[in-house]
Amino acid sequence: MASGIKDKVVIIGMGCTQFGERWEASADDLMVEAFAEGLDDAGINRDQIEAAWFGLSVDEQNLGKSALSLSEALRLPNIPATRVENMCATGTEALRGAVYAVAAGAADVALALGVEKLKDTGYGGLPERNKGTFDDLWFPSATAPGSFAQFASAYVARHGISMEELKQAMAHVSWKSHENGALNKKAHLRSRVDIDKILKAPMISYPLGLFDCCGVSDGAACAIVTTPEKAAELGKTGKLVSVKSMQLALSNGSELSHDSWDGSYALTTRIAAERAYREAGVTNSEKDLDLIEVHDCFSITELVTMEDLGLSAPGHAPQDVLAGKFDRDGQVPCNVDGGLKCFGHPIGATGLRMAYEIYQQLQGRAGERQLDNPSLGLTHNLGGFPNKNICSVSLFGHYSG
Amino acid sequence: MSETESVRPQTHRETGIVSIGSYVPRTRLKRSAIATANGWANPGLKARAKGTRAICSHDEDSLTMAVAAARQALASVNITRDAGPVDIQQLILASTTLPFSDRQNATIVGEALGLNENLHSYDISGSLRCGSSALMNALRQTDSSLVVAADKRQTQPASIDEMTIGDAATAVVTGSDNLLAKFVAASSVSIDLVDHYRDAHSNFDYTLEERWVRDEGYLKIIPTAIRKLLQQQQMNPIHIDRLIVAGPNARTCASIAQACEIPEEAVQDNLNLECGDTGSAHALLMLAHALEQAQPGEKLLVVSFGQGCDAILLETTDKVMQLSQSSPLQTMLDSGIEEDNYQRYLSFNKLVELDWGMRSERDNRTALSAFYRHRKTVTSFIGGRCTHCDTPQFPRKPMCANPECRASNAQKPEHFKDKAASVKSFTEDWLALSYNPPLMYGNVHFEGGGIVMMEFADFQPGELNVGTPLSMQFRIKDEDSKRGFKRYFWKATPLLPYPPHTH
Repeated sequence: MASGIKDKVVIIGMGCTQFGERWEASADDLMVEAFAEGLDDAGINRDQIEAAWFGLSVDEQNLGKSALSLSEALRLPNIPATRVENMCATGTEALRGAVYAVAAGAADVALALGVEKLKDTGYGGLPERNKGTFDDLWFPSATAPGSFAQFASAYVARHGISMEELKQAMAHVSWKSHENGALNKKAHLRSRVDIDKILKAPMISYPLGLFDCCGVSDGAACAIVTTPEKAAELGKTGKLVSVKSMQLALSNGSELSHDSWDGSYALTTRIAAERAYREAGVTNSEKDLDLIEVHDCFSITELVTMEDLGLSAPGHAPQDVLAGKFDRDGQVPCNVDGGLKCFGHPIGATGLRMAYEIYQQLQGRAGERQLDNPSLGLTHNLGGFPNKNICSVSLFGHYSG
Repeated sequence: MSETESVRPQTHRETGIVSIGSYVPRTRLKRSAIATANGWANPGLKARAKGTRAICSHDEDSLTMAVAAARQALASVNITRDAGPVDIQQLILASTTLPFSDRQNATIVGEALGLNENLHSYDISGSLRCGSSALMNALRQTDSSLVVAADKRQTQPASIDEMTIGDAATAVVTGSDNLLAKFVAASSVSIDLVDHYRDAHSNFDYTLEERWVRDEGYLKIIPTAIRKLLQQQQMNPIHIDRLIVAGPNARTCASIAQACEIPEEAVQDNLNLECGDTGSAHALLMLAHALEQAQPGEKLLVVSFGQGCDAILLETTDKVMQLSQSSPLQTMLDSGIEEDNYQRYLSFNKLVELDWGMRSERDNRTALSAFYRHRKTVTSFIGGRCTHCDTPQFPRKPMCANPECRASNAQKPEHFKDKAASVKSFTEDWLALSYNPPLMYGNVHFEGGGIVMMEFADFQPGELNVGTPLSMQFRIKDEDSKRGFKRYFWKATPLLPYPPHTH
């Protein structure tokens, strides 16, 4: 069996723009902004980068296809650059490409950069796009909130709780994100919101109200990765942040068509999490994880993810959420940077933004949000629909080679 | 079959109606709502503000209603027959409002019904008489035929037509065995009296003065056709038990009966109060209604007006009692949901253009070569059943969806449209584009196995729950306004009032 990625690659620099409605900034501007911070953090120059992976999800009303826009925006020195797209896992996929290249010895220093310019569509929510020549013929014209809302009715049916009880726990998830986002200068949404306002918000897609839905944001984030040896050569000392595992699981049509799935959880998260824990050598996730950054595209997604990551027993996430287990001062702080909900969700950048928060926290550089001496963090993305999706689970910790 | 029967020339074999089924849309617009909205412009509307007219939802048209009616007719024939499903050899779709002028609509109906492709199918149109003419053609042949008549006519706001017209479809299976009613004779006259017309590029009828149409049209042409048929048959008009006249109002129908010496009590209700005049479907719809009340051995005369007149004489058999026991059409007429939102009706019929936002700018171009490859999946709602593990699944893919199986290219076709189904998860989506918000969709569980994420139709907000029973209906999925194309797929609706689900 493969030995895995653990401690083969370290992150030596990261950058992340302010997320939000960046009306003044083009995608090029956002890329340059994140890249400048990352380069500065890594203390290297552009020409030391040997390969790049570019995460961009919605090309239609954005930069178009390929990685040419990355190469042009950053004036990269004609190095190999590849665009990756895997729905909401796109940013993490860019990082996985760069990490694997370094681990393989194909490049000493690699760049992963993700960007999304969503606010050029002219309307709220994600851009409309076609699903392919076959699926357009039969699959519902679903939106992201409508798709993920399916979790809620199925969860209620599976666990025999009332929708009102579930809505209370979902409201707590959103309330927490707003509390956390208020402490983050780069976050899209920085206001605090009380539970009552969340519960009374206009309905977007039953049972998801306005505050159950994440922001649609512009933004970019990047990571510069290398081997531990090269990092030492570059004079990197202190607590290096190392990649412990990067796992991806894709639906294969079983949830879409087969009764073995009951609709109340994400099958792929369970699979990816188990693999990621194994690759990183984590045996007790609840105890070992000091913080997690999960894909809270909607409050219900974060809630079921707590169970899928093994941090809540099946059917117990609502109680655990309401008891504060995942609050900033709880047992497993979740989305301490505000999450997709408040930091924002520029799709191609999101996975890298999550890694950015773990990276800052592990180095004690998270300012007002700093947790007490964390050493292991997790990122999670879930893209697509509950019944057909792409899930990434990655672990990052202090280098222990 | 006895030897003497088998050698009898085909032309002498008895033919008639094997089954009949109708579809009346669930929504019934109250005429009082029309009068309230338009009475200021046309005060005469107030006198006609009684009752309701059946209206299509935003995702229904003549084609979807035709499929629904045909399924009713086929379901009942297949239930009552002893010898397996009936083999339809001919399919005729009659309508003046078919969605395609040149793409055979009847073929789409046939594929939606999952009929054998070895089928002669065609559309007929051109006047409101096309439904009865299609039925006459079918009754004159011994082949098993499916005749479907459907109309969804656009009416100009504040017109009299807006008050009188309604949307519905009726389907008739004809043949030579297991008859509910025997075909006795038929006769037609063709006379170019222009009571109304609609040119090829118009949305609305141009309608002439009612009094002239009554005096010169209904009261002269219809009796001529009736007398011609009765004389041919040497039949005394007092023996007509039920007179079904599509077109004129109740009072004119009574005058027609009187002029022909047919007993006034034979005149059948024209369903004006329940659903309105459903155009080319109406003679067949009224026939379906009459058969539900008929006793064995009755003589029914079906008359349909439009640039002349068709008259069809039928005689019921003992089997007609099956209809009176279940009354499927009456049940459907009684199960409507009254609507008083006139503006929504206008929007459903594209009579007012609301601002649907930028999401409605999405390009719904259909890759027709891909559609052709997948048309059994899309039009017929056929998935697969794995021959290794027996798992039903949709959509059918090359490899089995069962995680324990994964057999390759081992599935046989599996029909999903008639399965019992229920809601597994759902949402009411106010963000998604829908021309009747919210867009409702979710995972649907099919009895015996299989999940499909699909759109719900005809539910009101708040009506859906996990476990709600569903029926599958053929509906408009998307419209490509840029290229004038519509695509159809199946949606999950509340159970139809009839038939009681038989899966």
